[in-house]
Amino acid sequence: MKRRKVDVAAIPGNFAGGLDDRFRGSTPLRRIINKVFPDHWSFLLGEIALFSFIMLLLTGVFLTLFYTPSLNTVTYDGSYAPLRGVHMSEAYASSLNLSFDVRGGLVIRQMHHWSALLFLAAIVVHMCRIFFTGAFRKPRELNWIIGLTMFWLAFLSGFTGYSLPDDALSGTGLRIASAIMLSIPVIGSWVTTGLFDGEFPGTVIMTRFYITHVLLIPAALLTLITVHLTLVFTQKHTQWRAPGRTEHNVVGERFIPRYIIKQSGFMMAVFGVIALMGGLFQINPIWLFGPYEAFTVSAASQPDWYVMFLDGSTRLFPAWEIRFDLFGWGDGYTIPPLFWPTVVLPGILTVAPMVYPFIEARLTRDYRRHNLLQRPRDVPARTSLGAMSIMFWLVLTLSGGNDVLADKFHVSLNAMTWAGRIGLLILPPLAYYVTYRICLGLQQHDREVLAHGVETGIIRRLPDGRFVEVHQPLAPIDEHGHGSLEYAGWVVPKKMNRVGALGPAIKGFFFPIEKPVEAPVSPGHPPVSPRPEREEITK
Amino acid sequence: MTTETHDHGVDRDEVDIFDPRLSRFEIVREGARRDGVEIVHYEDPFPVPGTKAERRMVRTVAACFWITGIAATAFLVIYIWWPWDYDLGSNKGKLYTPLLGLTLGIACLAVGFGILMWGKRLMPHEISVQDRHDGNSGQTERKLTGESIVYMADEIGFKRRKSLGLIALLGLTPIGIVAVAPLLGGLIKSPTKDRILFRTGWDPAANGGRLVRLTREDGTPIRPEDVSVGGQMTVFPDIPGGATNEHADSPTLLIHLRGEDAAKTSADAKPVNQGSQWGNYVAYSKICTHAGCPASLYEQQSNRLLCPCHQSQFLITDNARPIFGPATRSLPQLPITVDEDGYFVATSDYKVAVGPAFWERP
Repeated sequence: MKRRKVDVAAIPGNFAGGLDDRFRGSTPLRRIINKVFPDHWSFLLGEIALFSFIMLLLTGVFLTLFYTPSLNTVTYDGSYAPLRGVHMSEAYASSLNLSFDVRGGLVIRQMHHWSALLFLAAIVVHMCRIFFTGAFRKPRELNWIIGLTMFWLAFLSGFTGYSLPDDALSGTGLRIASAIMLSIPVIGSWVTTGLFDGEFPGTVIMTRFYITHVLLIPAALLTLITVHLTLVFTQKHTQWRAPGRTEHNVVGERFIPRYIIKQSGFMMAVFGVIALMGGLFQINPIWLFGPYEAFTVSAASQPDWYVMFLDGSTRLFPAWEIRFDLFGWGDGYTIPPLFWPTVVLPGILTVAPMVYPFIEARLTRDYRRHNLLQRPRDVPARTSLGAMSIMFWLVLTLSGGNDVLADKFHVSLNAMTWAGRIGLLILPPLAYYVTYRICLGLQQHDREVLAHGVETGIIRRLPDGRFVEVHQPLAPIDEHGHGSLEYAGWVVPKKMNRVGALGPAIKGFFFPIEKPVEAPVSPGHPPVSPRPEREEITK
Repeated sequence: MTTETHDHGVDRDEVDIFDPRLSRFEIVREGARRDGVEIVHYEDPFPVPGTKAERRMVRTVAACFWITGIAATAFLVIYIWWPWDYDLGSNKGKLYTPLLGLTLGIACLAVGFGILMWGKRLMPHEISVQDRHDGNSGQTERKLTGESIVYMADEIGFKRRKSLGLIALLGLTPIGIVAVAPLLGGLIKSPTKDRILFRTGWDPAANGGRLVRLTREDGTPIRPEDVSVGGQMTVFPDIPGGATNEHADSPTLLIHLRGEDAAKTSADAKPVNQGSQWGNYVAYSKICTHAGCPASLYEQQSNRLLCPCHQSQFLITDNARPIFGPATRSLPQLPITVDEDGYFVATSDYKVAVGPAFWERP
């Protein structure tokens, strides 16, 4: 039998043909390749969160292989000599072992912790971007709500993960969490005993936190991330205003290969930063804290950064407790002071932003669809509201470390508490006012440049002795010397360099590697409109 | 420069993509057009191949991948051969984690920048415009789908057989609850059973009716002379596991007050705290009434106890009353005395619940 010659070059084509015969994938595949994504650095903040999440999954799987979620007491006999012979929970002992007795375990654990911090940080900054640019407006309200839900899931994920090592610091945090649950009216004690299977700490909490941390929350997050990205994909990304960009198109680069290449490069860069931090910067050195014991705590006990605002609100809230009698039942009832700053406040912080898109649409009577982003300065009320919220958060977060601040700056601790209480009421409205004025000022300056042109830095002396600065108009001017340009919702050039006053940068370290393309203006000649002929001074 | 510019949205003839004269790019552009995408700008950054600038850029990208290879190899070498066993003091093992992070970080960053530069600097620049098919589905589509959904209800016959629907609903509700019940039921643990939130390890009832001694963490009992004047000591109930987290509500602070402070404390004692003091010694719960942290920073001069978590401050000489911070309730006082062997014992459990407040707490 004669052997048929295999045409190697035809194999991929034949294979693809075979796939298409079966799945009819050509058209959808090409649609994905050709899908256009707009590009701007601020669109990459959410990606940092996504990539940190991927890193969390990768490092987290490694950690599960060595961690034991058990509160059984064991005696430590691992490599870390100072704790040898100490009684501790198996959870803490296994966390020590994976730090000291597993090859490369510590770097993975630290990378996991740093990824978690970065994950939360990227989510927060990404949410700020969405808020300040109005990207949450119709038709994207649902994705905004999903994003907020993911923030709180990530928050819970962070807290459960932080609690797992059962060290002195996280155990104290867990005890505060149990007190927070206890403070809920009516059901508080039932919720707490249900979760802890009795009184704090019980014996089952690590098992429950473990399954929550490694399965339930990641599964929920993965599902929501999928929905989140699918919605971004089908609704198409928002874009900044610029020439040629309208509400009805997307201007950018096609998905494959350019966008994907940039994304994968960026992902590796994020991984690289996490690896550097995991190796070089120590995080959560649990061996220094010791095992959790109900009677030990140290000063300067601070949670991870994203919990600090709740710690701060707890510290600042006044000692207001509600005690009352309900028809003579029981021995009277209590709503503890802890309930307001740790249950009610996060509740408000969850619900208020979720309904905000609808409130804003109602107040501005703007029910249209929006695909173009707004510059923060163009919506001063929203921007100021955002600045006010950030200030509120900042005061709370700083108050979460007010004992450290008091110690380092030699201030009275009680004074710090009072400063926080007063600051929390005064600073946010102040931030609102200042931001509003800044927004208006920036708006006005944009209009001014459009009307009068860019400042050139060239001072001219008028015949009557006055000095004026020469302005370069951005467009033809009318008889009053005013430009006719409308504000387009995008950056107005305010420096001469931005309108091409300098030639292109010449590349090369010592010598130019190539002769630059002809510069648009010859050097030495100021790129401004010719000045009017000088009048003769006759007198 | 090969800049291609086209007016978007202009009517155009269908291109025969099987025309052999078409370049591959022209076919790509036609495909994009059929997907509603117009490539309006397409420009090779290095239109003339092999220029100095291009070679320089290629070298930079190549350097990135070289660095990746070297750093990744270094990671593996360090991972395998660097001494990593933990030992106290400064030694080579201490560098293990930083070196792993450094090499892995450099490897990832270099490959990331290499890919980014390849994509951004070597590949042609492009600007494409895609139409958004924005808006709703249109009246026709809505009507068709809406009627189809409503017709489903007609088909099933809810309207015609109302009672059947109702009974089906009544039958399905319990089955829905059945799906939730085992989970909730399994988790429920009554907080009222045995009054667990009100009792601690100091309760003599759990100790066979015998009064519970105050012990140190190692279980040794305490004599009055073990605590110097102005001193304090954390004490635990003398029961199995008394100093462990099993009795997280029991840690207590035993304080030896100065004479005049003790007299004041005794005189100011609330009714519930009267008789709880033994001589110049008082014992207060260490569990903060605010959020359950150990309130453990005792300032001898002012007799104040500070909780380091949220800075509640308690005045020991006045029933451990909260005088600053978010706490609202005094620290419960443990009634103590000295038994016939000369050791401290608790005469009863705490008279009020210790730790943070909750709904059912009076």
